[in-house]
Amino acid sequence: MTPPERVQPPRVLTDDNLAKAREIIALYPHSKSAVLPLLHLVQDQEGWISDDAMREVAALLGLQPAQVLGTCSFYTMFKRDPVGRLVVSVCTNVSCYVNGGPELYDALQQRYSEDADVTVEEVECLAACDQAPVLQVNYEYHGPLTPEVAEDLVEDYKSGRLTPRTVSGSQG
Amino acid sequence: MAVTETRIVTQRLRDFPDDSHTIERYLATGGYESLRRALGMTPAQIGEEQVKASGLRGRGGAGFGTGQKWSFLPPGVFPRYLCVNADEGEPSTFKDHMLLERDPHQLIEGVVISAFAIECHTAFIYIRGEFALGAERVAQALAEAYERGFVGPDVLGSGFDLEIVLHRGAGAYIAGDETGLMESLEGERAMPRIKPPFPAVQGLYAQPTIVNNVETLSTVPHIIRMGGEEYAKLGVGRSTGTRIFSVSGHVARPGNYEVELGVTFRDLIYGLAGGIPDGREMKFFIPGGASSPWLLPEHLDSPLDMDHVQNDLKSMLGSGAVMVFDETVDPVEIAWRLSKFFAHESCGKCTPCREGSGWIERVLWRILNGRGRPEDLDLLLDFGDNIVPGLGAPFAQTTICALGPSTMSPVVGLVRWFRDEVEQRTGATRAGLERRVTVPMPEVG
Ligand SMILES: Cc1cc2nc3c(=O)[nH]c(=O)nc-3n(C[C@H](O)[C@H](O)[C@H](O)COP(=O)(O)O)c2cc1C
Ligand code: SF4
Repeated sequence: MTPPERVQPPRVLTDDNLAKAREIIALYPHSKSAVLPLLHLVQDQEGWISDDAMREVAALLGLQPAQVLGTCSFYTMFKRDPVGRLVVSVCTNVSCYVNGGPELYDALQQRYSEDADVTVEEVECLAACDQAPVLQVNYEYHGPLTPEVAEDLVEDYKSGRLTPRTVSGSQG
Repeated sequence: MAVTETRIVTQRLRDFPDDSHTIERYLATGGYESLRRALGMTPAQIGEEQVKASGLRGRGGAGFGTGQKWSFLPPGVFPRYLCVNADEGEPSTFKDHMLLERDPHQLIEGVVISAFAIECHTAFIYIRGEFALGAERVAQALAEAYERGFVGPDVLGSGFDLEIVLHRGAGAYIAGDETGLMESLEGERAMPRIKPPFPAVQGLYAQPTIVNNVETLSTVPHIIRMGGEEYAKLGVGRSTGTRIFSVSGHVARPGNYEVELGVTFRDLIYGLAGGIPDGREMKFFIPGGASSPWLLPEHLDSPLDMDHVQNDLKSMLGSGAVMVFDETVDPVEIAWRLSKFFAHESCGKCTPCREGSGWIERVLWRILNGRGRPEDLDLLLDFGDNIVPGLGAPFAQTTICALGPSTMSPVVGLVRWFRDEVEQRTGATRAGLERRVTVPMPEVG
């Protein structure tokens, strides 16, 4: 019996990013170390990480797709389902907790629950407690904020008055 | 007398808040002079006569002697790796974040000197994924350092070669544990490894590896500049030098303060950070990150001395994050929120931590919501006993890494200082408790 023909997954990375991926891989003594950087690269380009993208990363690194998924699924920054083009991460750990973090999160969560452009998530300490309550929009810091000021801020990103980073936090 | 900061590692970024991160400012303020000096020494001279003599202890949390750690590298085994722990995730710690964004060249100079001292030719900076601007600033600084010959082949004509690779994490507190960090850097889930073998013997890619914190390595150029023995004159006892403390919560001026070790918590919280606003009283504070057991206002006059806080106060200075809570705060609520953090961040490799952290969160949640049961306090201590047998201090552990024991710190805080409140809310009476497990109390009032 002949084995079934291997189906080539559709390509995800652009030519430029494929070249970038090869440069990244060359930085490491062992290519598997490039899993996180390549997943960031995918997310910079696509805004999330699809199964096809994980297959492509696996092929580039000589891994099984399941190995890439295993690593990818451990880390909170990697989104395996599509998210809004703006990811708003609100800290509710203790220094923000006692300074209005949960209220900020609730307000934004409610305000944007129906908005496909904006994904609001609750996150652990962002290491910026002197700005509590603090949030990030695509990993750009803002704080301290009231819910009202935070909404204006997100609106500024939506309208283009502020230029967001990518969903992985790189310069767009 | 009012206490003031002693700025060593933070001096440049305080003096030049606008451009302390640029190569121009760095060079204009003595930057890379320590590297030139260090390249004229032997690696052993740097390790022994400077870093070991300085008494420098790791600023990442464990407080291990830096020179001593370096001396554990097995002779003659190459390649060796240096990993910079820039994953800062311990709740309420925000000092490395500042150093990365605002003085990246200082860190790079420290990395080059340290790599030279441990005869390593490839170093990795593992930076927390969420630090987007920090990663940009470090990448920019690295490019400048390569361009000017401070990093790369034949550093400043010395014959020493060094590559530095910047590596972004992707959101996982446990990648801050040194063995979790190495797993993550190898492209795996950041699940800690059993020790031994210790990283110095078998670490990254199974080669000898040193992991050091950002603040630790940022201090190294100053040790070379001042001389190890001179640096050791600062501080108190075995806690030499200065440290950056991140003060947050209910204080008037939350922020990073670099002080000589040995000043008191009161100096830090009430002097530098301006105390609690609106004349409210302090209820308790957490002295060294979420992983450290809590302290009370009566401990405010204790010195910031790693050994004293560990041995006498049965807590730790940990990552240098001081969190202040005023009288309006419900300690059960804070304990619950911290336990939620640990339950979320437990990597799941060890049963006592994976299961215990989740149960602690759930039991505290029901106490918080008025559904506490009389046996709950015993139950919490029982989970703790599974993770930290005997609940002694410093913590013994049944788990692979120190996150397991850390899950008990909020519970220990509650049991030590707010037992009455918890008993009231769970309907337990002191006599009714089994008290199979007791929590050792601090010796100093
Ligand atoms: C759960 C956990 C999280 C940790 N997070 C960090 C961290 O974010 N940054 C850090 O420098 N050390 C962290 N550590 C401590 C490291 O394991 C290690 O001791 C440290 O990086 C060594 O550097 P130092 O000797 O210079 O302090 C963590 C440890 C544990 C157990
Ligand atoms: S103690 Fe917890 S976080 Fe650490 S290795 Fe075990 S399960 Fe993972």
